[in-house]
Order: sequence, then structure tokens, then C-alpha cells
Amino acid sequence: MTFLKNGDAISGAALAALGAYIVMQSRAWDYYTLDGPGPAFFPFWYGVAMVALSLLLIVNAARNGNGTTETIDWRATGRALGTWLAFALSVVLMEFAGFLISFALLTFFIVAVIFQRPLATAGVVAIASALAFHLIFPVALSVSLPAGPFGF
Amino acid sequence: MEIASGLLHGFAVALQPSNVFWCFVGCLLGTIVGIMPGLGPAATIALLLPLTFKMDPSGGIIMLAGIYYGAKYGGSTTSILLNIPGESSSVVTCIDGYQMARRGRAGAALGIAAIASFIAGTVGVIGLTLIAPPVAAFALSFSSPEYFALMCLGLALVVLLSGTSLIKGLLALLLGLWLTSIGTDLFTAQARFIFGQATLLGGIDFMVVAIGVFAIGEVMGSIEAGEEARMLPVPRGIRNLLPNWEELRACRFAFLNGSITGFLVGCLPGGGATISSFIAYGIEKAVSKHPEQFGKGAPEGVAAPEGANNADTGGALVPLLTLGIPGGGSTAIMLSALVLWGVKPGPLMMTESPDVFWGLVASMYIGNVVLLILNLPLVPLFAQILRLPVYVLFPVIFGISIVGAYGASGRIFDLGLLVGFGLLGYIMSKLKYPSAPLILGFVLGDAMERALRQSLMMSQGDVLTLVQRPISAIMLALAVVILLIPLFGWLNRLRMRAITENG
Repeated sequence: MTFLKNGDAISGAALAALGAYIVMQSRAWDYYTLDGPGPAFFPFWYGVAMVALSLLLIVNAARNGNGTTETIDWRATGRALGTWLAFALSVVLMEFAGFLISFALLTFFIVAVIFQRPLATAGVVAIASALAFHLIFPVALSVSLPAGPFGF
Repeated sequence: MEIASGLLHGFAVALQPSNVFWCFVGCLLGTIVGIMPGLGPAATIALLLPLTFKMDPSGGIIMLAGIYYGAKYGGSTTSILLNIPGESSSVVTCIDGYQMARRGRAGAALGIAAIASFIAGTVGVIGLTLIAPPVAAFALSFSSPEYFALMCLGLALVVLLSGTSLIKGLLALLLGLWLTSIGTDLFTAQARFIFGQATLLGGIDFMVVAIGVFAIGEVMGSIEAGEEARMLPVPRGIRNLLPNWEELRACRFAFLNGSITGFLVGCLPGGGATISSFIAYGIEKAVSKHPEQFGKGAPEGVAAPEGANNADTGGALVPLLTLGIPGGGSTAIMLSALVLWGVKPGPLMMTESPDVFWGLVASMYIGNVVLLILNLPLVPLFAQILRLPVYVLFPVIFGISIVGAYGASGRIFDLGLLVGFGLLGYIMSKLKYPSAPLILGFVLGDAMERALRQSLMMSQGDVLTLVQRPISAIMLALAVVILLIPLFGWLNRLRMRAITENG
């Protein structure tokens, strides 16, 4: 199976499960009240539609024997997912260390690891951009950003 | 008469020094964003939206609109000099624009793009000025069933034209509807899909979804693509940026074609600048006496699509401002911005918020002049932006995304959601799920549910009320026909051609 066919089948299954969850959840609420349609009315029907369309997507993926032959460039995908993971970790860290430190670390990682630039360049870009954000947003524009133990 | 007085009032608003300033800022930012591949106008508007919360609504929407149409001007620069479209709507400009540049006519190509953008952009705004009032007057007769049917029609068009797979478009739309259901039901105060999290009772902030899906998703896609390109030299001096007389003569029809095609396609939800630019290019090639020149550096091949993608802006604002129906990602974010400022787009906007409506329309006339001035003599300067290393640009986008998502609510929880929606945007792009239906489903979901439930309340549960009223019946029938198009061979081939050329 090719990447897209696998992807269609997996995403179809995930969306079918989500649709089923929506339908199940909506059964716990009023479908119709004395005043008219209840909170379950709309979700119930789009949940049903989601299940039906997802199943259709899965069937189409299974039937298309000679589908697209797109393959995954794991190195490129790794770069994108690595960046995302670093972003996710920086958000977790932000709660404890604040924006300035977490953002500087995220920038350093992107420049040094993802774009493979010299450590000195990464350090300069990280410190300069974090400081610039701090000066522009919390200091100049009074926009609040997550603060760490040092107050920034 | 009413239009003339409205427009005069609009100029009085738009020519206030602060609004001229915001118009300039929007156009400048839009041009920069358009030039930079990897960051689109939707992402930029979403990123900057939190910063406009404290602004006057007229100034705020004037700036956001400036970004929207400014990006279309700027997109041509990258297409012509790098053969990489800065915007999806500039894809077709690459075909002849880059060939002209390779033949030493880069300056003329940039000049033609700017002139076509100015002419067609202005024609588009004139169209908006003349057509919006009668459309709004007609829409005053709409009640809940008509609004529900109108949203179904708009969403059907968006789903039809947003990707090659209708099923994926519909699934993205349903996902958007679900995301907007999260929170408290407005009719009964029932909590829905909150997963035991009290923070979700107020629903998911639109900014978090838009920034995550567009900005973070786009950055991840760009990091994955990791393209490097060699820029052709930019001629300096205004004289080197002006096309010669023969080139201008060759573009006469293209200016007109781009203007009309762009405006008409722009009025359709889901049509969008990309499709209008391809249609204008196709028409131009079909009626040309020298079709063999297309693809080899024909000036008309630059003028027609560049004109169309700019005239599209005026068209796209007709359904947004008069009916409250956005046709794509950028206009959906602008709709949210208007709602956040307490302005209700729809048939009453012209009378309830004349400053915002007419101020925006008038500012677009000014914006087109600003963009012509920015884009002709300053192109060499803007082209230097392309030398900004991506390893500096991408962390900055992450930083602005964090500021945008956190600034709206002040909750780390929203940053967690931002991370999730960023991944969702990336996965959707990898699996070829279109993101526009998701965003439109999210933006229109509440209003759609409200219109449906109100319709059924009015009719005491009789679903037939939706098809017993003529306007509503016609729009629902059209929506069904649109969704059945993939079943008709030749129509589907046309649709697929438009979308695949779309990139």
C-alpha cells in the first residue's frame, strides 16, 4: 500500500471513531425539547455523516489498487516532526521557565539541529530573537507572555 | 445616490491620518508576506489579529484587508524572480513571468504585474462598491431557513473547489463543525464535548485553530520541503521596471479579462484567487492570436492572472460583508475579527456600521494606489527580503504564533491546543485534506446550527420548512447539485483540472 492509501485508511478510521464518539455523546443529551431541537440534534447528524463519509474513504482507499505512488521522505518528515516536537516541549517548559528561556531554547534547536548552522550562529539568533520578542511585546506593547521564576 | 454618499463617507473615514497609516502598514506587511514563500495572508492575518483587539474596528479591518490584498501584489515578485510562487494565487504567474525574467525582461514582468494588479484591484473595488448595496438589500428578506440554506450553499462550493477529494473536503468541514460545538450550547447551556475540562466550557478560541492550522502547519510544511532557489537579478530604477509600449498593447485585453474574471469568480465562496487566476490565464490563451507564445514569456500570461487574483479581493468581500459568508481562510479570519470587534457582517452592516463598511471599501481604493507606489519603485528593496535566512524567519513565526495564541486568553492551555492544531494542519496537508473547509466549518458552525434550530422552532419541527420557502429551496437544491458534480464525468473533469492546476 502506498503512503496516501495508508493515510486515507488510517485517517478514515480515526475520523470514523470520532464520528462514532460524537453520536454516542450526543445520545446523552436532549435530541428534541419542548422548545425545538435540543443540544444533541446538530451533533448527532454531523456525527452520522462523519461516520458514513469516513467509511466511504476507507472503502475507496481499499478499492484503489493502483493509487498514487507517493512515498515518504523520512528525513524531511523527521525535520518537520522534530521541529514540532521541540515546539511542544518548549510549550511544556514555558509553564515553568517562562517565554524568554523556552523560546530561546526552541530557536537554538531549530537553527542548530534542524537547519544545521554553527552553534555560535544558533546562539546569536536565539538570544537576539528572544530578547527582541521580550522588548517588543511585554515591554513596549504590554502584551503578557508566560513568565518564569525570574519574572520573564 | 446612496452609494455615492456612502462612498464619500467612507473616504472621510479612510482618509483620517490614523487609517491611512494602518492602510499603509497593512499593504506593506501584505507585500512582505506575499514575497516570502511559506507564510500566507491567512496565517499573517491570524497572527496579527490579537494585536488589533485594542484598535478601532475601522483601522483594524483596514489593516487586515491591506494584508489580504497586499499579499496578492507581493506574490508575483517571487514567482517572477525565483519561479516559486509567494502565494498560491501567484502559481500561474510563474509560467510566463519567470520566462520573461530569464529573457532579461524581469523588470517589465514586475511592472506588468503591478499595473495589472492596480487596474484589476481597482475594478474589483468598483464592483464591490456597486454590487454590495443591492445584494445587502436583497438579503434583508432572508430569515433563518434562507441563512441556513445560504451557508449550506457556500460551504458546498468551498468543499467542491478546495481539493481533489470531495469526501476529504466534507470530512474537514465536519471536523470544523465538531470543533466549534465544543463548549456550552447557547440554547440550553448544556456542556458539549468538553472532556471534563472546565477551560473548554467557553469553547476553543478561533485564533488558536487558525494560527495552528495555517501558521504552524505551513511552517512545518516549509521546513519539510526545505527548498533553496536562486534568484534572478532585479533591475534597478523605475525606467527598467516599466514595460514597453508593445508589451502594454499586448496586455490590453488581459487587464480587462483579469478584472472581470477575478471579480466574478471572487464573488463565489470557495472560488478564490488561485482558481480565478487560472481561469483568466486559460481565457487569455484561448482568445490569443499567439497561443504558442504562452509559457515562453508572453506578457499577457502575467497580466491576466495577476489582474484576476487582485480583482478577486473585491469579489470575495461581497458575500463576506453583505451576507456574513466568507469564501476562504483569509476572509473567514476577517469575519471573526469583525465579530470580535462587535461588528456584525451581513445585510445590516452598511446601516449599522457605516464607518467600518464604507471605510473599508474606500480604503481599498487608497490601498491600491499605495501598493502601486510600493511595488513599482521599491521592488528591488522588497526582493532583498528573499535573502532573509529561513532559519531566522521560522522561529520568528513560532514566536508570533505563541504571542497570538497566548495573548488572546493568557492561558498555557491554549498553547497546548496550538501545538495540537499545528500538528493537525501539517497532517491534513500531508494527507491532502483541505484546510479551508475546516476553518469555514469552525467559523460558520455556530451560526449554521443556530439558523437550523431556529428554522425548526419556527416551523414546530417541520423540516420541510427549509424547502417550502423559494429562496431557501433554490439554494439548497444548488448545494445538492454542487455536491453531486463529481458524479458527472465532464463536469468533474473540469473541477479536477481547476484544482490540480491550482497546485
